[in-house]
Formats: sequence, structure tokens, C-alpha cells
Amino acid sequence: MNNLFRNRWWSFGFRTTIMLYFILLIVLPIIGIYGQSFRSGWGPFWESVSDPLAWKAVLLTLKLAIIATIINIFLGTMIGWSLIRYRFPGRRLLNSLVDLPFALPTAVGGLMILLLLGPNSLVGSLAQGLGFDIVFHEPAIVVAMVFVTFPFVIRAVQPLLEELDKSEEEAAYTLGASKTRAFFQVIFPTMLPGISSGAMLAFSRALAEFGAVVLVAGNIPGKTLIASVYIFGEIESDNPQGAAAVSVMLLTLSFVILWAVNLVQSRRLGK
Amino acid sequence: MHIEVRGLNKTFGDFHAVRDVSFDIAKGHLIGLLGPSGGGKTSILRMLAGLESPTSGDIIFHGKRVNDLPPQERGIGFVFQNYALFKHMTVYDNVAFGLKVKKTPKDQIRERVMSLVELTGLKGFEHRYPHQLSGGQRQRVAFARALAPEPQLLLLDEPFAAIDAKIRGELRTWLKELIERVGITSIFVTHDQDEAIEVADEIMIINKGQLEQKGSPWDIYKSPQTQFVASFIGESTMVEQVERLRGFEEAANWPGTQALIRPEYIEIGKRSEFRIPSATVQGKVKHLHFRGSEWMVEVEVGDIKLITYRSLEKDVLQPGEDVHVLIHRAYLFNDNDTWIMENKLKEDPMPIHI
Amino acid sequence: MKKVWVSLTYLVFLILLIIPIIKIFTGAWAEGWDGFIEALSRPQALHALMMTGIIVVVVTALNTIFGVMLALYLVRANWIGGKLKQLLNSLVDLPYAVSPVIGGLMIVLILGPSTAIGALFEDIGFKIVYALPGMILATLFVTFPLMVREVMPVLQEIGAQQEEAASTLGAYSWYTFWHVTWPSIRWGVIYGVVLTVARSLGEFGAVLVVSGNIMNKTQTATTLVYQDVENFNVLAANSVALVLAAFSVGLLLLMEWAKKRKEVH
Repeated sequence: MNNLFRNRWWSFGFRTTIMLYFILLIVLPIIGIYGQSFRSGWGPFWESVSDPLAWKAVLLTLKLAIIATIINIFLGTMIGWSLIRYRFPGRRLLNSLVDLPFALPTAVGGLMILLLLGPNSLVGSLAQGLGFDIVFHEPAIVVAMVFVTFPFVIRAVQPLLEELDKSEEEAAYTLGASKTRAFFQVIFPTMLPGISSGAMLAFSRALAEFGAVVLVAGNIPGKTLIASVYIFGEIESDNPQGAAAVSVMLLTLSFVILWAVNLVQSRRLGK
Repeated sequence: MHIEVRGLNKTFGDFHAVRDVSFDIAKGHLIGLLGPSGGGKTSILRMLAGLESPTSGDIIFHGKRVNDLPPQERGIGFVFQNYALFKHMTVYDNVAFGLKVKKTPKDQIRERVMSLVELTGLKGFEHRYPHQLSGGQRQRVAFARALAPEPQLLLLDEPFAAIDAKIRGELRTWLKELIERVGITSIFVTHDQDEAIEVADEIMIINKGQLEQKGSPWDIYKSPQTQFVASFIGESTMVEQVERLRGFEEAANWPGTQALIRPEYIEIGKRSEFRIPSATVQGKVKHLHFRGSEWMVEVEVGDIKLITYRSLEKDVLQPGEDVHVLIHRAYLFNDNDTWIMENKLKEDPMPIHI
Repeated sequence: MKKVWVSLTYLVFLILLIIPIIKIFTGAWAEGWDGFIEALSRPQALHALMMTGIIVVVVTALNTIFGVMLALYLVRANWIGGKLKQLLNSLVDLPYAVSPVIGGLMIVLILGPSTAIGALFEDIGFKIVYALPGMILATLFVTFPLMVREVMPVLQEIGAQQEEAASTLGAYSWYTFWHVTWPSIRWGVIYGVVLTVARSLGEFGAVLVVSGNIMNKTQTATTLVYQDVENFNVLAANSVALVLAAFSVGLLLLMEWAKKRKEVH
């Protein structure tokens, strides 16, 4: 076996295989999709994007993803805080449950939300009694997005809270700061990088979410049709040009966010 | 093994880590590579090991150029700064690793490992894991592991840096004795001059990627060839205008010349303590620092500040006291040259040899 | 304050995670054991579970091997320049930013029956899109970063010195990898495997687009759940979902265990 790896050609072949796999699997498809949407120039791209159903779907996705992200910022900060700072029965169980939305197939997640909010459920009938509709309306989409992006903020905040030196907080108390003041001036700034990078990841995931949403959204064009479901519809109706154009919009947005996350993280490490 | 290095260069991007280094090492010698951190010592060591490839230059072992040989085939042992022990293996398995790679028969491995374990004083620790050992013990394991495959050349990268100051001295003597007993050519890197002077047969001073001087510790101390070596080895005070000190007026012949004066070349005391008072200058005690076994004295001659040591046996001086200062010699250097100048008035007019 | 936050935390978990899980459970058992078994023993359900099984095994095997190797190269290799390494490193994350539906679309666009490559393969009788190979490709794409991102930090943390020590002792790459590197990254790799299994088990969007969701042919467990919901066959959907959820919870427990082992080592 030693001789195998001493041989130049073997090791060259080995490296090439790995790199080729990487390029073919990851890079080529992305080039392909940009190529497809601009294949016949700007005209058809513009046409596909300016279809009111298309841009309404993208706008709706943006709006709902922002709402879901804001909800997650609050929930995530609160839960991250409680799970690290307090000792209470069931803490460890809850801590492992946080990852459940990552482990669960998104279609199953969608089904869970459908059962939770559906007309026959407690929440659903309660809301209906009050004159609200949840399932097959915007709130259900938001809940689905919150569900699948639930772990991001929590998992980003927790290590920062764990690292936070208790003495920093105690120093604030000895200097006469109240608990609220200590929280906002000492603890919160420490959590902030985690919250922001977690939120950006959650936002980009919410933009991209399909499985959980498609089951609960009702997918009414112009009303509850989000971008990824729109793309799916275009593929089903054999219009790859339209699907690719909207995909490019969504992708570019996600890349910008991913790049911003990297920037935030490298700034933090650089400090 | 006889080692020869010719015109060795190493660059990392724009950074020129090693510049044109050449040297020879005789078989069985223990060499210290000494110099400030980041000076290129470790790069030289890693190139000798084959862990880094030279940008240019030749490395010759036993008359054979080894530049293109991978580390596996150079017949070297390497002791890493933080030992790099395999942390999931016991002491026994760590030491046996190099022998297992060579497919040595099991009973021979056992014999060799046990003898090394005994040699390094690790008997009874064979089944411990690295995290269960102290720093000194880990160092011994690293040493035994490097020696196990019977290398021809042992390379040690800052072998004592991660060890408590207290047991460092003990380990140094141990290592020196052991290397002498095994009789293996060895090169170690250090930034600690005491360590180099104490352990090495020969020292190579490396600064900014260049080899400044190579020689025995005593040679280097006695006759430094560059300003850097003079200031790096031993303690010294820098004097800008040495011609203003009595006995060194001649230095005025070389404009732009500066001097380094070691504390041990300066004597201070009452007039009566000197044989030739005419060779001394007047000075004033500025500060006294108690150094445990002696006094460190800061003394001012005019506006030149000098540092020296004074035995506890002699009269205790007081800050502000006037004293006589005798400067035996100084290292002079300018842009082109370095030389030693003795105090011209010290021996004259009537030399008395005892 | 503590009481408020802890009860709120419990409330969120209860509503968002615990009650829905119970709902799936009771939903699957609405008609008792028989209904559950009947839903699962439909031929399309069995076939779908088998497809999911094949995909999980193939994808996990491939991405484990290639992921570990790529991580090794990205951390250790000196034959890749620094700038290029940075670029490749950021490319690894691309699938995270790509919606699974788009991931599927990419494969249809490049390898679909109407493209040159797709037609070429079709001619020699090898169908990629709307068949198993395409579904595996889509899942490979989506799960690619998981292993690389688990192994890279572990490699960075252990550093190259133990491997260099092995090389000065005469060991070559292969021996060094198995005897020195592998024991240190083992738990990271296992954690990565668990993540990859979980993700490929649950992949839905990309597979749905690539597979065409043809019953008894290219339907996986998750796309079957989707179809059952669309057909208002909630009981059947719940039964398959329950099987998937049980797997996920099992994987979650494995993850916790692997994480703990990873921290020890």
C-alpha cells in the first residue's frame, strides 16, 4: 500500500478525482443554472422575472422570511439564554430537542404543522372561532419557516454565552450596574455576533425552504405562493426558463447573505 | 552522520526566512541553533528533516544529496517543540511506532522499546497515555520515540521550551549525557543562550535567516564576529561615544564606531582597590539592585551609563557614591568591521605578570 | 425572572415540537395498529422506503469518502495555493445557500432528457433524471457540505504535527492516515455520517424535482408523505411520517452521543 502513495501518478490521479468530484457536483450545476437563465440574453430573463406572479412570489417569500427571522431572533435568544443560564428539570432533554427540526425531514415537519394548525386541531379551531385563518394562509407559512430555522439562532448564541466570562458580568455589578443594565451593556453585546450570524443563516434557509411550506401554504398564486414553490410549479409545467430566472434571483440573494455571514464571522475571529 | 549544507534559501511568499546558509557538521557532534524567535532556525531544522523543501541550495547527508528524499527516507529522528505525541497511543505504542512502520518483528520491537523506556527513565509508565504524563515525561517519550528507529541524525525543535523552569536544568544535563552515550549527531533549536551554551558542543547563531557565526560556546563568547553576536550572547551595554572613556581614546580614529561592553569587563570600587588607578575613570553609583548572589550596579561615567556586577563579599556601595571604574575591554564595531579593543592604560607602563 | 423565561421556553418547545410529534403519533394510530400496518404495507410505501434506504446508503458512503478526503486537502494540502484554497473553502458552503428545489432544477437543467449530456446517456439506456441516479446526485449535492464542515475544524485543531512526527518516523500517507489521523477525527466523521444520513433521509425538495415522483418507481418516503397529504390520505401520511420521525429521533440521540464522544477526544 505504501508504494501506491509514493507513486506520483497515483497521488496525482487521486487528487484529481477528489477535485473533479467537488467541481462537477457543486460548481458546475450553479454555473449551469446561471447559464440557462441568461442563455437567450436579458430579454427572456426579464420577461420571466417581470411576470407578476413571479415577483409577487419573491416579494412574499422575502416578507415572510423576514417575519420568521425576527420571531426566531426573539425565540432563539430567549431559549439560548434559558438553556445556558438556568438549571431546571428537563433542560438537557430540551437542549437535545433543539436539533430536531434539523433531523426531521422537512416534509414531516410540514405535516406536523398541518396537524398542529389544521381546522380540526385545537389551535386551528380556536383561531377560526376568532375569525382567523391560519392553515393555507400566510401565518402557516411563517410558522413553517420558524419551525425549520428554529435551531440556528439558538446554536449560534449558546457557545458565546458559555464563553462569556462570569466575572465580566460581576464586574458590571460591582460597578453599580443594575441587572437590566448589565444585560444590555455587557451580555447582549457578547451575544450580538451570534444572533446576527444565526439570524442570517435562518433567513437564508427560510428563503430557500420548500418541503415544510408546500404542505401548509395552499399555494394560491399571488397570495400564498412562495418563490421555491413557484419554481417547482414552473418545472412541473415544463417552463425551465422561468424556473431558472426566479432561481437566479433567489440564489443571488442567498449568496450575498452567505458571504455576509462569512464576513461577520471572520471579523469576529480577527478581533 | 556528516552533514553538509550549501547555499540554503527558503522563502515563504515575500518573506525570506532563510538566506544563503552554509555549514558543515561533523559526525557525533551536538549543535545548538541559537537565535531570536522568528529568525529562521526552525525552518532550517524542518528543511533538514524534509518537512519543508528548500527554495534553493543543497542538503547533503554522508556525501549524498537528500533534497528530494521525503522525511520517511532520510533516517532522521525529530523531537517536536510540543512533542506531537500520538495522543491516542500509550507510551509503549508511541515509542514502537517507527519500528512497526518498518515491520520489525514483534519481539525485537519489545526489546528495543523496553530498553529505550529504561534508558529514558520511563519504566512503569509504558501503559500510560500522553495526557497522563508530566511535561518532562512527555519530553522523554518524544525523545525515546525519535531514537527508536535508530536514526543517524537527531533534530530537536526547542526541546525544553514547554518545560517548567525548575526541571529544565535537570533535563538539559540528562539530554546531553544521553546524546553523548548514544553517540548520535544532533541539532537542536533554542532561543535561550544559557541552554545553548550549556548543552551544545558547537553553536550556530542564526539571525534574520542568516548564519552569523559558528563555533564553540567559548569562542563565540570570547570573540564575537558580528555586532549581533556580541549583543546576543552574554549581557552588554551599548556605548555610543566610546572615545570619551579613558583608555579607549584611540577609537576616535574610526568615526561612527560604537562599543559593546560586558558587565564582567567592568570593575568598580574605591581607588585603593585598583592596581593601576590611572587606568580608571571617575563614576557615580546610580542604582543598586540585589540579584540574589551579587549586586547589579548601574554606574554613570559622565553621561555614559554602564552596568556591572559586584560581589557581595566586597564593601557595600551606596547610591550616589563616587567610585572608580576600570573598563578592561570593549567590542568595537562600525558598518564594516568588528574588533576587540583592550584598555590601553591597563597594562602600561609597568606590566606585572603574576 | 428565571421562572418566566423557563416557562416560556417550555411553552415554545411544547407548541412547536412536542405537541406536533404527539399529533403524528396519534394520527398514525387513529385506526389502531391495523390502520398503521395497512398504510405501511401498501406496495408504494414499501417501495418508497426502499428507495429512501438505497439513497441514504449510497449518498452517505460517497460523501463520507469524498468529504473526508476533501477536508484533508483543504486543511493540509500544500499543492493548492492559499488563495485557491480560500475560494474552494467558500465554495463548499454553496449547497447551504441553494434551495433544494433549485438544487434539483440544476440537475434537470444539465442532465435532463432535453440536454445534450442527458440525451447521450439516454441513448445508451442510462436514465439519470426521473430515475435513481438523478435522485442520488441531487441528494449528494444537498448533503455535500455536512461531512467537510464537521471534519475540517477537527483537523485544524489537532494540527499537522502528529502527522509530521509519523513521517519522520518513516510512515507514509496511508499508514499515517489510519494510525494517526483517523483515531483523532473518528468521532467527527461519525457525527458527520449521522448528519448526512439524517439529511439524505429527509431530503424532499431536490428529490421531488428530479424524481418526478412516479409511484413505485422514483417515489421516496418523503415524497410519498407529500403525495398522501395532497390526496387527503392523512392516516397514510402520518404512518410514513411516523416511521421517518422515529428514525430522526433515533439519529438525534446518536448525534448527542457522538457529540459527547467528539468532545472527549
